[in-house]
Amino acid sequence: MTDLTRLTLTEARDGLKAKTFSATELTQAHIASVEKARALNAYVLETPEHALKQAAASDAKLAKGEAGPLEGLPLGIKDLFATEGVRTTACSKILGNFVPAYESTVSGQLWRDGAVMLGKLNNDEFAMGSSNETSAFGNVVNPWRRSGSNVGAGAAGSIEGSYLVPGGSSGGSASAVAADLCLAATATDTGGSIRQPAAFTGTVGIKPTYGRCSRWGIVAFASSLDQAGPIGKTVRDCAVMLRSMAGHDPKDTTSVDMPVPDYEKAVGRSVKGMKIGIPKEYRLDGMSPEIEALWQQGIAWLKAAGAEIVDISLPHTKYALPAYYIVAPAEASSNLARYDGVRYGLRVPGKDIVEMYEKTRAEGFGAEVKRRIMIGTYVLSAGYYDAYYLKAQKVRTLIKRDFEDVYSAGIDAVLTPATPSAAFGIGEKGSADPVEMYLNDIFTVTVNMAGLPGLAVPAGRDSQGLPLGLQLIGRPFDEETLFSIGQVIEEAAGRFTVPERWWA
Amino acid sequence: MSVDLATVKRVAHLARIAVPESELPKLQGELNAILGFVEQLDEVDVTGIEPMTSVTPMAMAQRADVVNDGEIADRIVANAPVSEDDYFMVPKVVE
Repeated sequence: MTDLTRLTLTEARDGLKAKTFSATELTQAHIASVEKARALNAYVLETPEHALKQAAASDAKLAKGEAGPLEGLPLGIKDLFATEGVRTTACSKILGNFVPAYESTVSGQLWRDGAVMLGKLNNDEFAMGSSNETSAFGNVVNPWRRSGSNVGAGAAGSIEGSYLVPGGSSGGSASAVAADLCLAATATDTGGSIRQPAAFTGTVGIKPTYGRCSRWGIVAFASSLDQAGPIGKTVRDCAVMLRSMAGHDPKDTTSVDMPVPDYEKAVGRSVKGMKIGIPKEYRLDGMSPEIEALWQQGIAWLKAAGAEIVDISLPHTKYALPAYYIVAPAEASSNLARYDGVRYGLRVPGKDIVEMYEKTRAEGFGAEVKRRIMIGTYVLSAGYYDAYYLKAQKVRTLIKRDFEDVYSAGIDAVLTPATPSAAFGIGEKGSADPVEMYLNDIFTVTVNMAGLPGLAVPAGRDSQGLPLGLQLIGRPFDEETLFSIGQVIEEAAGRFTVPERWWA
Repeated sequence: MSVDLATVKRVAHLARIAVPESELPKLQGELNAILGFVEQLDEVDVTGIEPMTSVTPMAMAQRADVVNDGEIADRIVANAPVSEDDYFMVPKVVE
């Protein structure tokens, strides 16, 4: 039999419907694949028994012709999504052995539609990071290697050589999808955490419009920016996943009460006559010629598909990242105040309650999380609120206005590179200056600041053979257009699959 | 704007994070790198600009003012490091 883990989500769906294989067989194949890939450290918790139980239930439903849209399809879940009865940690020591008594709305909708959970996926601690190097469970390994690299499987399930990061914060999700350790994965994106890891691993990821997916039951980082979305092997797979993940939820007052379209219908729709904006502010000084060439290639493909290319200006682009590093830490410092050693997770005793809080948080949070809480606390402290947080929120209005202006001038979507480079090596960035790591999100963070949808799709390779991604930015709640354009790029560029399972 | 050591110490206490004296200078450097980076915003004129509050203007949803959940104290304290009779236990706060 062919290797079922190599199928895309939609191919597997069609195979189940045609009874070419069963959900149990499909799940078993993935469980075996996950077991062999422990060296990649993509999963922080494997739930094979849970998966097989769900698969058996799916087989019964498939036999009765009652299959849901994701019936019997094995997925990985980022460890930021609360899963009832299954440990959820946000990859932080401070949550310890937290076992939620409830299910996040988004994951609950996946199970409603028949999906199977293989386990919980690694991420940067509280989703704060761009390389998955801040997780309490250790680094995730990118299944891609530079050509001629010394990376290989070491003894006893270890990795030899200096491997590449998968990006972050959804590094486990991206690595698992790229290495065929699940058919698709859930992820979250606050400043680029879906799109940057997707670009680093040759996978597709979409951050939907803010409000499209419920945030209820997802460990909060920065509430005005956080949004859930899928990482998948193809544009079509992401469209199918998003349809199940999206939708109104009365438990999240920022979730929007609008019908969820059948996104898959948008895949393959013509882009003829669409106006694609090319923002000049994304052409950075010192940008690698490879990224410029990738961008030009994307422009050429869309032109060939009948789209009209329009040069545009988004003048406040350069202020998005600095404004983000006020807004996100400020909201994080407030959200993470709940981890105090009282209601859940780690507690370190102290001589009084304040010392208990201080010791618990010192021990439970990692260095990056502490830094951001401190920055957030500072910018919100008495006398600084107006100068920092309020100012940053005003800058957000200007960033959003830039996009509104081009959309009202008839632009359907904006095309940019997804990241300033391909995946980098472990330990290569941010050790001396945290800002060096932050610059990874320079192309993605504007989208969160403006609340818009953004899709990352692999489109080329760098000189070392690593995948590079393009980003499409859409109008609010117009994810469909992104899927249509994304499909054009995918068809022109082809899929980017890892050449060899060197870890297994 | 940059922060001095005393400010770093004060912020750590406000954030309820114990920071050993020896780590303060490193943290100070990192915080100042970030604050230096965000200083670029000084170039932006925001006179008359409203702060952004939502992507699409929408009215805050209201629900009926009725009890819709509860009687699950045991599940709420299930993850507590220390609990007794469905109460969270903390060190003595009031003498």
